[in-house]
Amino acid sequence: MPVRSEPVTDAVETALARHKERPGALLPILHDVQHTLGYVPDDAIPPIALALNLSRAEVHGVVSFYHDFRHAAPGKVVIKVCRAESCQAVGGDTVIAHLKRTLGIEFGQTTADGQFTLEPVYCLGNCALSPALVIGSEIHGRATPDRVDELLRAARSGA
Amino acid sequence: MKPIIYVPRDSGALSVGAESVEQAIAAEALVRGIEIELIRNGSRGMYWLEPLVEVALTPGGERTAYGPVRRNDVASLFDAGFHTGAATAREHKRALGPTEQIPYLAKQQRLTFARVGVVDPISIVDYEAHGGWRGLTAALSLDPMAIVEHVTTSGLRGRGGAAFPTGIMWKTVAGAHGPQKYIVANADEGDSGTFSDRMVMEGDPFMLIEGMTIAGLAVGATRGYIYLRSEYPHAHTVLNQAIAAATVKGYLGHNILGSGRDFDLEVRLGAGAYICGEETALLESLEGKRGMVRPKPPLPALEGLFGCPTVVNNVITLASVPFILAEGGAAYRDHGEGRSRGTLPLQLAGNIKQGGLVERAFGITLRELLYDFGGGSLSGRPIRAVQVGGPLGAYLPESQFDTPIDYEAFIKIDAMLGHGGIVVFDDTVDMAQMARYAMEFCAIESCGKCTPCRIGSTRGVEVVDKIVAGTEREANTALLRDLCDTMVGGSLCALGGMTPYPVLSALNHFPEDFTKS
Ligand SMILES: Cc1cc2nc3c(=O)[nH]c(=O)nc-3n(C[C@H](O)[C@H](O)[C@H](O)COP(=O)(O)O)c2cc1C
Ligand code: SF4
Repeated sequence: MPVRSEPVTDAVETALARHKERPGALLPILHDVQHTLGYVPDDAIPPIALALNLSRAEVHGVVSFYHDFRHAAPGKVVIKVCRAESCQAVGGDTVIAHLKRTLGIEFGQTTADGQFTLEPVYCLGNCALSPALVIGSEIHGRATPDRVDELLRAARSGA
Repeated sequence: MKPIIYVPRDSGALSVGAESVEQAIAAEALVRGIEIELIRNGSRGMYWLEPLVEVALTPGGERTAYGPVRRNDVASLFDAGFHTGAATAREHKRALGPTEQIPYLAKQQRLTFARVGVVDPISIVDYEAHGGWRGLTAALSLDPMAIVEHVTTSGLRGRGGAAFPTGIMWKTVAGAHGPQKYIVANADEGDSGTFSDRMVMEGDPFMLIEGMTIAGLAVGATRGYIYLRSEYPHAHTVLNQAIAAATVKGYLGHNILGSGRDFDLEVRLGAGAYICGEETALLESLEGKRGMVRPKPPLPALEGLFGCPTVVNNVITLASVPFILAEGGAAYRDHGEGRSRGTLPLQLAGNIKQGGLVERAFGITLRELLYDFGGGSLSGRPIRAVQVGGPLGAYLPESQFDTPIDYEAFIKIDAMLGHGGIVVFDDTVDMAQMARYAMEFCAIESCGKCTPCRIGSTRGVEVVDKIVAGTEREANTALLRDLCDTMVGGSLCALGGMTPYPVLSALNHFPEDFTKS
């Protein structure tokens, strides 16, 4: 097994220190690790399993069950675009197609320059202002291909 | 006196630029040397008008609305004197008049949403000033059974989807024995077309806290969890701030208001799994496991979280409780009709001109909601179908728009109200594709326990594709119906068991979409 890299060890230890004693600690721990690293690396699993007295398979089973947890590092900016009914009703599919074409990637992929990762989401609770998407930490409503272009430009220039 | 300017921090408002409007207002006021007080409220629920900016000239004074305000409207609003109540401001192109007189709002019956969009969500003083904690104070003077009695009298049924009488569930938990009991708020709000839970959590979080505390007093639970979907980061922040504030002021934690009773509350985040809105999967998830549905019995009321008696209620169910305790169960029951008592916060979504939150007593029709409130479709084209009750809800054609909002009336037409979401589609919708999507969604979100749900849904996608492509159309249509039967009969929970509703309603009401090619 490869030696755990320092950031992974740090992230896991910090998360364990914060949550280990809480009932049902696994999800809060995984959220913390992903928050710090952007994903849940495979080598984070053994120490978590050990600390919670679970098997590695159990922890792995939980990580893979939930759509939120990534298995590989994402790009600098994660884009989550809604696929659900309300957004479909007002052109969400066009927005999704535009994003895929512009970025040259499919769902779950990251652009070659490491800038953007595109993920589907099933409802952002912004259904009165569909279509909706999240870029980084910001939510946007009434999305159109033109508006998406503006937002991507702003995200690229770090604005 | 400083004018008070309200700019929502509700995530819907943020999604159309509320943050930049707030910054522009602050900057403009500074440049002009005008003193103002900025308050970040929740949303009034008129999303087509967001960012909706309100001005009050005195604390508690009448509020005047402007919307939708763009960043570049701000200078002209100051020029027109919107901060002084000048007559010229009434002529501004964004002027909407007194907020409470906007027909969309004036025609509602806001019992649960009375404070949402009105108050500063994290000000406990504001909450108190607007009738907050009256339910809790009443509950503290009652014995537990009398609290349950109020809820039973109110006729309140679960707003999460299953519409189970809340009083009965509470009574079961109250009568159960265990070393610990829990109150769990189901804030997973996974249905597309719904956002009422989010609005409450972002706009009036103390109401949920109060409702959960009352539930704790009623059943003898001293710990509560809010299981919040991870897609709601703003709600997360607000809830944590509100819990901290309530704890400091003695409304939560040890010895609540000197009563000798305890109630501790914590927010836990989900991780993007629709099935974790199902109550038993939610409990598994809270315990740190995969969100696999548990067979019932045992009922969560008897053996729920960590094996202990547990109340699991939707956010809106719990948020309805403070009113019921403050005003009495009968005051709530006096709204509504038949076995659907009280009000339902409905959510107008999708292709609708005036999307937003409409709280009305049961009995209003779908047509009134779509046209009188919603103003028809956003595109201006005819409304062809609406899906009520989320991804497991039926698609209804125009001929069913006169159905009243009433649990039993919906069951009668093979539909359900669910969490009150109404997603509108115009005549460009392809209903065969919507049926396909329903099957696909079930395949993506299945917990995997039952074969008809896990495998049947994937087959369902293929079969819809064949029907649309014209491959042995009749045989495949029969196969699709068979598949739906198997899913209804062989699924442990409503994900597999009710996905057939959108599929079959699309097929039955819009058969022409399946035979276009
Ligand atoms: C697949 C599935 C998803 C569900 N999602 C939610 C949800 O997101 N929020 C919710 O309150 N109830 C949801 N429910 C209903 C819950 O299982 C349960 O009935 C509810 O939490 C009980 O609370 P209530 O009586 O206050 O409605 C879902 C049910 C199923 C079968
Ligand atoms: S019906 Fe589907 S989601 Fe529900 S328990 Fe069965 S497999 Fe899981």
